[in-house]
Amino acid sequence: MRSRSAPWVLLAPFLVVFIGTMIVPIVMAIGYSFSSVERSGLLGEGGLTNSFAGFENYVKALSNANFVESIGRMVLFGIVQVTVMIVAATVLALLLETANAKWPGFFRATYFLPYGIPGVIATILWSFLYIPGLSPIVDVLGWVGLEIDFLGPNMVLWSIANIVTWTYTGYNMLIIIAQLKAIPGELYEAAKIDGASGFKVAMAIQLPLIRPALMLTIIFSIIGTLQLFAEPRLMQTMSAGITSEYTPNMSAYAFAFQYNDVGMAAAQAVIIAVSAFLLSAVALGISSWTEKRR
Amino acid sequence: MTTSNDTQHRQDPVAGRRKATPPRAREGDGRAGTRDAGRKPTTTILVTAILAVVAIYFLVPVYWVVINATKSTEDLFGTSGFWFGESFQLWENIKAVLSANGGIFPRWAVNSVLYAGVGSVLATYFAVAAGYALAKYRFPGRRFVYVLVLGGVLVPGTAVALPLFFLFSSIGITNTYWSVLIPSLVSPFGLFLASIYASAAVPDELLEAGRIDGVGELGLFHRLALPQLTPAIVTIVLFQFVAIWNNYMLPLVMLADEKLYPITLGLDNWRAQTDRLPEFYQLTTGGALLSVIPLAILILVLQRFWRGGLTEGSIKG
Repeated sequence: MRSRSAPWVLLAPFLVVFIGTMIVPIVMAIGYSFSSVERSGLLGEGGLTNSFAGFENYVKALSNANFVESIGRMVLFGIVQVTVMIVAATVLALLLETANAKWPGFFRATYFLPYGIPGVIATILWSFLYIPGLSPIVDVLGWVGLEIDFLGPNMVLWSIANIVTWTYTGYNMLIIIAQLKAIPGELYEAAKIDGASGFKVAMAIQLPLIRPALMLTIIFSIIGTLQLFAEPRLMQTMSAGITSEYTPNMSAYAFAFQYNDVGMAAAQAVIIAVSAFLLSAVALGISSWTEKRR
Repeated sequence: MTTSNDTQHRQDPVAGRRKATPPRAREGDGRAGTRDAGRKPTTTILVTAILAVVAIYFLVPVYWVVINATKSTEDLFGTSGFWFGESFQLWENIKAVLSANGGIFPRWAVNSVLYAGVGSVLATYFAVAAGYALAKYRFPGRRFVYVLVLGGVLVPGTAVALPLFFLFSSIGITNTYWSVLIPSLVSPFGLFLASIYASAAVPDELLEAGRIDGVGELGLFHRLALPQLTPAIVTIVLFQFVAIWNNYMLPLVMLADEKLYPITLGLDNWRAQTDRLPEFYQLTTGGALLSVIPLAILILVLQRFWRGGLTEGSIKG
């Protein structure tokens, strides 16, 4: 075997599974989204009959008030949650990397711990901390006169945001710390000679140099926000505020498995994917544009 | 961004890793220096206090589950969630978790280990072989493969889950181990990490020398390249393991039979029954404790590997 066929032999196992479980389903989803699909049998095992529907499913999806509302909800959620989380991760990374922090290893491990706890279990634990009567937090807040209904229709979105922030802040913090460690020591030396304060060093040296890590974490977080599914779905039974079409992903799931409208579900899945793609591209574009203007 | 990438990748990452110790030590010296020179004790107390308060936030749910797994159902609701109840029945609770529904919980645990263990090892092998091929061979179609995989990465995994269900149901493998295992075998992230790492850590001279000695192309990969790639392999296995272990939507979509569930789906099932049967609160709490402990230990022990891998990942971006 010469090197002509060798790369393909090495690529083959990956490509076979990648094409089978990613490319084919994506192509199928696009196909379904342009057809009106009739499913027979309870789970679609009776086969599908397709007819071309043009953009009908997309028009239906984008004029569906609940779906549009779920997108708006995720935009609001993303603007607040991603900002809070990235700022918190950056501040924690900078604090841990200053000479002033005691036991940085312990704190770093503690903050990263939630990343290893599955979203489902994190949601179960936090939701127990939200339920009045079970939650010590609700009790403590009650003593100081604060009556917060964590599962109320308006509050529950931020209760979910708290779970997501709890899970991923430490993970993002580690990415930022890794980049901070790559900053050459001479820069700190120079700043010290110039008599720059810790705050000045953070603003003038550290923040500009960790921009690639910040971009990476922001893009991952945006994609993560659009995909939000497990947390709200698990809390659906506990909060009247969460409908079965609360997030775009829950909506696609509901249309596919509850309302048996595959075309609509596929159109929504495609819209989610394209949005994630565009948002990532826009974020990367803004990043390189500001880079050039420096 | 690109220029800094290139310089970073051109050095041998293995050597880079070894070299990484001196700068860190130097930085430690610098720290000691500033500490001697002008470190204000008030700043230290303030910074440490802030970090400690944040640590409490991150530990509250874990603390809650440890305390409340020791309680009876009455105490769970009757006593403060921040301290032990009147009766200490941790062992009874754990026994109940392990024996409920005819020992379904240990079965879920075995399933999770099976999905995440087999899935992560095979996915890593596939990703490393492909990443190595893209890094070390120049062949027509190479760029196309890169772009194809990159496109696949940017599409949210959950958008794929629904069509995947229809695909699998048309070939009749939904509600089997395969339906969760097969999609777990793909790690585009692993492919990129492996190709970045291989282009730096596997010298072309080494491969040429192997060819002259008459080693076949697959032998070059398995005998010469794989040992050089060990740090990348560890990172990819860990990331993929946690990704599969934490997955919820894929098994939810694919599996109907409770016996095939991973822990996440199973616990959700128990939690959903708490509305009608309060004793499921205790089962869910005990089950959550049992599934959190091994992962917490894994995370704490393997944290340093993660940092290495994350550096690689952030360079990629």
